[in-house]
Amino acid sequence: MSLLSIEGVWKHFGDHSVLRGVDLEVHAHEVVTLIGASGSGKSTLLRCANLLETVDDGVIRLDGEEITDPRVDVDGVRKQLGIVFQAYNLFPHMTVLANITLAPRQVHGVPKERAEEEARDLLSRFGLADKAGAYPDQLSGGQQQRVAVVRALATRPKLILLDEVTSALDPELVREVLGIIRELKESGMTMLLTTHEMSFCREISDTVCFLDGGVLLEKGPPEQLFDDPHHERTRAFLQGVRESGRL
Amino acid sequence: MTAGPTWVKSERQQERERFRRSQGRRNASIATASVVVFVVLLATIATNAPGWTRVQAAFFNAEVFRESLPDVAEGFLLNIKIFLITEPLVLVVGLLVALARNVKSPAFLPIRALATLYVDVFRGVPTLLVIYLVGFGLPALRLQGIPSDPATLGIIALTLSYGAYVAEVFRAGIDSVHPSQMAAARSLGLSQAKAMRFVVLPQATRTVVPPLLNDFISLQKDTALVATIGALEALRQAQIHTLDNFNYTPYLVAALLFILLTIPMARFTDHLAERTRRRRGA
Repeated sequence: MSLLSIEGVWKHFGDHSVLRGVDLEVHAHEVVTLIGASGSGKSTLLRCANLLETVDDGVIRLDGEEITDPRVDVDGVRKQLGIVFQAYNLFPHMTVLANITLAPRQVHGVPKERAEEEARDLLSRFGLADKAGAYPDQLSGGQQQRVAVVRALATRPKLILLDEVTSALDPELVREVLGIIRELKESGMTMLLTTHEMSFCREISDTVCFLDGGVLLEKGPPEQLFDDPHHERTRAFLQGVRESGRL
Repeated sequence: MTAGPTWVKSERQQERERFRRSQGRRNASIATASVVVFVVLLATIATNAPGWTRVQAAFFNAEVFRESLPDVAEGFLLNIKIFLITEPLVLVVGLLVALARNVKSPAFLPIRALATLYVDVFRGVPTLLVIYLVGFGLPALRLQGIPSDPATLGIIALTLSYGAYVAEVFRAGIDSVHPSQMAAARSLGLSQAKAMRFVVLPQATRTVVPPLLNDFISLQKDTALVATIGALEALRQAQIHTLDNFNYTPYLVAALLFILLTIPMARFTDHLAERTRRRRGA
């Protein structure tokens, strides 16, 4: 059984349909990447999976439990998920350590000492050991985004959602963030991500999905999707990406 | 746009929407019930208080209410006049002072110092005292052209007092506009003054409207303080009626009139705040 299963999900904003009957399965330890032009619905799909948006039709199941049911305990669902945003969204009034330990302590009831110990372990694993006492605005963008990943990891989620986590970073810093996602994959973390970094997507993904106008047009292993896409629109999109030198 | 699938609302989605509607109805009835319980509880506590019968006679006398209403309402027209004149004046004074405090040029140091002094003094002195000082002090100077009408003196005093508050509100609004906006405007060749007028102020105004309206609500109430220097407004009229028959109901009349005036303003402020919140959320 898949860890996250999305069946026939629709989402409208006013008259505009952002998601038009999307089906997608994410299995445990799998890395699934959503690609497509801006406005194709990638981010909305992630936000639906985290219940930041309410779906207008269809079913999303996490570990077999239907999370789109209006009777579901929203906080209980989110407890099992980690999300990392494009703009980091760290809490500026807290130190790095406080950012990371907030959810373990307040939501999961982990005692302060243990939460801090675990947070320090995670920080040193990602080369941030000396930043525990720093405030977010004292860090570079790349460091902030790495802290955001650590914050998402700290609650031991079943699945991590990554929404264009490198879009706000310059190339030098992109590399360090991609490095930690690579490490997460090696540790067996299940991830659903959106990205514009095509070569990275190709390298890290088990499955790549191409979204176009809210429709999941095509999905498959990266080699197949990048080298031999079935759809004309996928081909055109990848052609555009190649011409802009990003693949 | 791709010609994709068309949407037919599923049975499951219809069931979800039914559930959400029933939840909505349930929440509405809980809210109604809790309001009713709360009001009944308050009323019970008040009416069972030992002094209730005397309070009822002194504050809720229907006859005195009818009798005093026309005079108090007439006085209230003066309150409305006072704040309708004071509000635009306060806006002008507040904005000018806020701008003066933001002038960077060294030649204008005296202006900046004066503006700072003005804000320090008039924010520090209680509004009632300002009204006394202006109301009794200004006419005592016996200068040519100084008004002696208490309402006019009240308008001057309220403008001085609220101008200082509003100047600080405007200044906070100006500071809240990110410096990059000024940098972008200046780099297009706009002067400091033009950048302020076309780029910074329009954005500052938007953030400043809710706190400004809040200050205006406060100003509407404080027009009653002008009663102390003899203007025949709502509170003064109520006082006169109270002394006529030793019954406090006229105060209740005045209070009701003030509430009727401030509630629409308060709801309007809420509405604006909600709109800003929604825009940010989108």
